[in-house]
Amino acid sequence: MTKPDWDSSQPILEITNLSISFFTRLREIPAVMDFSCTVMAGEAMGLVGESGCGKSTVALAVMRDLGKNGKIVAGSIKFKGRDLTNMGEEELRQLRGSEIAMIYQEPMASLNPAMTVGAQLAEVPMIHESMSKTDAWALARQIVADVRLPDPDRIVNAYPHQLSGGQQQRIVIAMALMSKPALLILDEPTTALDVTVEAGIVDLVKELGKKYGTSMLFISHNLGLVLDVCDRLCVMYSGEAVETGNVGEVFDKMRHPYTQALFRSIPLPTADKNSRPLVAIPGNFPLPHERPKGCNFGPRCDYFEAGRCDAGDVRMGETGGDRHHSRCVKFAEIDWDAPLAAVKTFEKTPVGDVVLKMEDLRKYYEVSGGSLFGGGAQKVVKANETLSFEAREGETLAIVGESGCGKSTFAKVLMGLETATSGKIFLYNQDIQDTPIEKRAVDTVSSVQMVFQNPFDTLNPSMTVGRQIIRALEIFGEGNSDAERHARMLELMDLVKLPREFAERMPRQLSGGQKQRVGIARAFAGDAKIVVADEPVSALDVSVQAAVTDLLMEIQRKNRTTLLFISHDLSIVRYLADRVMVMYLGHVVEMGTTDQVFSPPYHPYTEALLSAVPIADTKVIKKRIVLEGDIPSAMNPPPGCPFQTRCRWKSQVPNGLCDKEVPPVKYLATGHQIKCHLSDEILAEMEPVITMAAE
Amino acid sequence: MVMFLLRRFGIMVLTAICLTFIVFSLTNLTPNLEKLARSEGSVRMSDEQVESWLDNNGYTQPLVVRYGQWLGVMPGWTKTVDGELAGRCISASTPAASAPSFCGVLQGDWGTSTVFKRPVSEILGRALGATGWLMLWVMIVMVPSALALGVLAGMREGSRTDRVLSTVAIATTATPEYVSGVILIVVFASATVGISPVLAEMGLIEGRTLFQGTATSAMDNITFWNFGLPVITVAMYGMGYIARMTRASMTEVMTAQYIRTARLKGVRFREVVIRHALRNALIAPFTVIMLQFPWLLNGVVIVETLFNYKGFGWTLVQGAGNNDIELLLSCSVVAVIVVLFTQLISDIGYAFLNPRIRIS
Repeated sequence: MTKPDWDSSQPILEITNLSISFFTRLREIPAVMDFSCTVMAGEAMGLVGESGCGKSTVALAVMRDLGKNGKIVAGSIKFKGRDLTNMGEEELRQLRGSEIAMIYQEPMASLNPAMTVGAQLAEVPMIHESMSKTDAWALARQIVADVRLPDPDRIVNAYPHQLSGGQQQRIVIAMALMSKPALLILDEPTTALDVTVEAGIVDLVKELGKKYGTSMLFISHNLGLVLDVCDRLCVMYSGEAVETGNVGEVFDKMRHPYTQALFRSIPLPTADKNSRPLVAIPGNFPLPHERPKGCNFGPRCDYFEAGRCDAGDVRMGETGGDRHHSRCVKFAEIDWDAPLAAVKTFEKTPVGDVVLKMEDLRKYYEVSGGSLFGGGAQKVVKANETLSFEAREGETLAIVGESGCGKSTFAKVLMGLETATSGKIFLYNQDIQDTPIEKRAVDTVSSVQMVFQNPFDTLNPSMTVGRQIIRALEIFGEGNSDAERHARMLELMDLVKLPREFAERMPRQLSGGQKQRVGIARAFAGDAKIVVADEPVSALDVSVQAAVTDLLMEIQRKNRTTLLFISHDLSIVRYLADRVMVMYLGHVVEMGTTDQVFSPPYHPYTEALLSAVPIADTKVIKKRIVLEGDIPSAMNPPPGCPFQTRCRWKSQVPNGLCDKEVPPVKYLATGHQIKCHLSDEILAEMEPVITMAAE
Repeated sequence: MVMFLLRRFGIMVLTAICLTFIVFSLTNLTPNLEKLARSEGSVRMSDEQVESWLDNNGYTQPLVVRYGQWLGVMPGWTKTVDGELAGRCISASTPAASAPSFCGVLQGDWGTSTVFKRPVSEILGRALGATGWLMLWVMIVMVPSALALGVLAGMREGSRTDRVLSTVAIATTATPEYVSGVILIVVFASATVGISPVLAEMGLIEGRTLFQGTATSAMDNITFWNFGLPVITVAMYGMGYIARMTRASMTEVMTAQYIRTARLKGVRFREVVIRHALRNALIAPFTVIMLQFPWLLNGVVIVETLFNYKGFGWTLVQGAGNNDIELLLSCSVVAVIVVLFTQLISDIGYAFLNPRIRIS
């Protein structure tokens, strides 16, 4: 396979001056320009950037799978010394899957739904090594055990839909490893997974990388993950690599303004919404055919200097570090250690009266457990169990948990899309738990509003933005005439910082962040008192997240809104929440102020969750706690404590109490409660998960 | 599974009852009955005579009662006319003494055809047998060629193969049977025009024509010569439709991520299509193919008439053209059962093809 003059001291993958374009009927769209990077044997290279920056295109170019429209227009990709760009289809086929393998973002979509897992795995050695079917299946079984899946014999005979998301991703990884490739390309391998599952996958990838000596090209938008997994890093912006270097060096001594801006916009443990707010990157990502002359980042850069930065193409330059390059004409002049200049700081907003109160809320669903062919007993899904809390005016209450923990059900019950099974919801002392949204008074509806997760699906594609906001105003009975409502709509556009002329635009003409702003404007149309924000930024890019979060905070300060912030992202929760509620399988396992929840004593689940969140800061030392297995199905929860199947503290509780009883709510300090059987002494001994290394 | 089948069966029976009742009431409209009286009795009957004929033959009872009798859940009517006991279940072959009190569809008594002067069940049995052969051959020709056409077109969307095959598929499905049938007869089954004279002159075919323009002889002995054209005519129409469905499904599957996974595993293109794409791509067209059975009945009516093949369609046309109420009713019952039954098979087959539904 390999050329005789290649040895392991040379790079496994060497990409030089690669340019890729997509050809449409209208024009040529350059997706990647002048991209270079090298991956040595056993090295893990991270490709970081926001969506549309071309990182996945690079990965597909290495696989030579750019589709009909994509073409490599310049440069070379050398794999083990052989140029992939002029390789024939048959040669490429022999390389794919055996020497270079790929792991994808959505495991469910990447596996063939009509083939058993084993057949899909065994196919790889059968093609590349002409292995017999029995041997291939035996190998498949062994690799399935290798990726630490329980009961490999059952798994190889299962169909993909019978596995959970985390298990599916392990199968995809197993498939990539079937023929011990030299290079592994991972395209956002954990984005679709929950954090605790993600932690397990990341550990597995790192371990297997070491075990087999595989080089990795790790594509991600998550800087924390890259710090965890990679040795080297390449930051991309708008089709270009803007900075490459060792991970530690780029994180601590960045030499490109974009990298710096990126780090300032993500919620690190040091950020705080009042004293050290995030700095959003101004402006928008340029479209591929509207890139500025000179530096692509120029128009959004703090250090922009007309005449120099927009003079002509900027080349990569050596910064003096270990293979550390930056695509900036001014990197030598900028004072990189200068403290963040003149950040706005805010007074902490005082909280007011209780506006929303829940008492012992329960929501059960009845589902028929049967298949297509009927039958099967009725099962009860306990989506919410004994939920009690209060939210005050002007307060941000974060609700944290992984998929299936019941946080969305809670939001639905509050909004009136579902009615509660039992318990009470008081909104200004009026109980609303049994009133579905159609029967609620207009002012109740307008005072409890929601910002949705996916701004792409929640706007009507055939109505102008302004019209959609006016529609909300009409429903809430705001304004007496069309003119008044139009004026109010323009005010709302100002509130969410969208230019007024956007009112005439269609949703498709807006970027993700702008759409989310429209969603926020709509939610505040009726002067909402309580806004439920269901993962409002998780579908957005990092740099846009900061701006949208900022906006929410600002409106909250102005209107004294109560914000119920539903999220799985603990970094952002730590940044903006006043109080945090952690949920697991319908139970509130811990609740308290942000400081109480983020420092010991923890509920064991909170502890694991904190440890699982990747943090993009080299100074943070984290205790590694990886949870075994998956979240149990809400359809079939374990007896006793819901978390007992994955808890690492279970042995500390005497008499097997965890198996038998649901723990009672225990109050640790004022306003801090946990649901755990652990004794106070053990809780007191808990160590913090995250510590900052001394400078 | 058993529960599912029982439930489906229940729904089927209910649908069948509703549909047959509609057909029953339509065929038993008063003008129809008067026409029946005149054709059975005498054309020169006066209105009063018609009235009494209808009364004597039980046609003046309420519609629902007659439907119940026809179905066999209500006892057949009896009446003493001219001192003799007459009734629904009484005829020359079954005298009043030994006649059963129920005689309807459920008892296996489908009535007597007024056109053919024979029991409906006998006529229908023969017709269905003939049509069964036609259907079988149509399916054997249509399904594989349609799937092949669809898969070939869909595996590389937008390629030249795709465009050519798609044009063919659209052309065949846009041509109704009564047009394509006539064209086919002219081209292949005429001794004076088309390609038959040319082939005959070259000595490539033995007879005077490549195909025979009538399929009557196929009732006794099916040959390529006498059966080719009717089969092709019906198959062509359905083929285009199924091929389009298969193509749409195939193009969608070919862009799926798991196809990319397979490709980037190093699987050969041919294997990607056969092992990975095909089964997933067949899930959607399977339902369409099963839906084609009822459509085939439709095409069969035209083709059997055109080629004078005495099958189900031909019988239906005869029944409808001659106001043969019993025959028409029975035809509709058969049609309803065929449609509902294929739907049942289609649902079960769908679940079988799709593991996501089979193993939940």
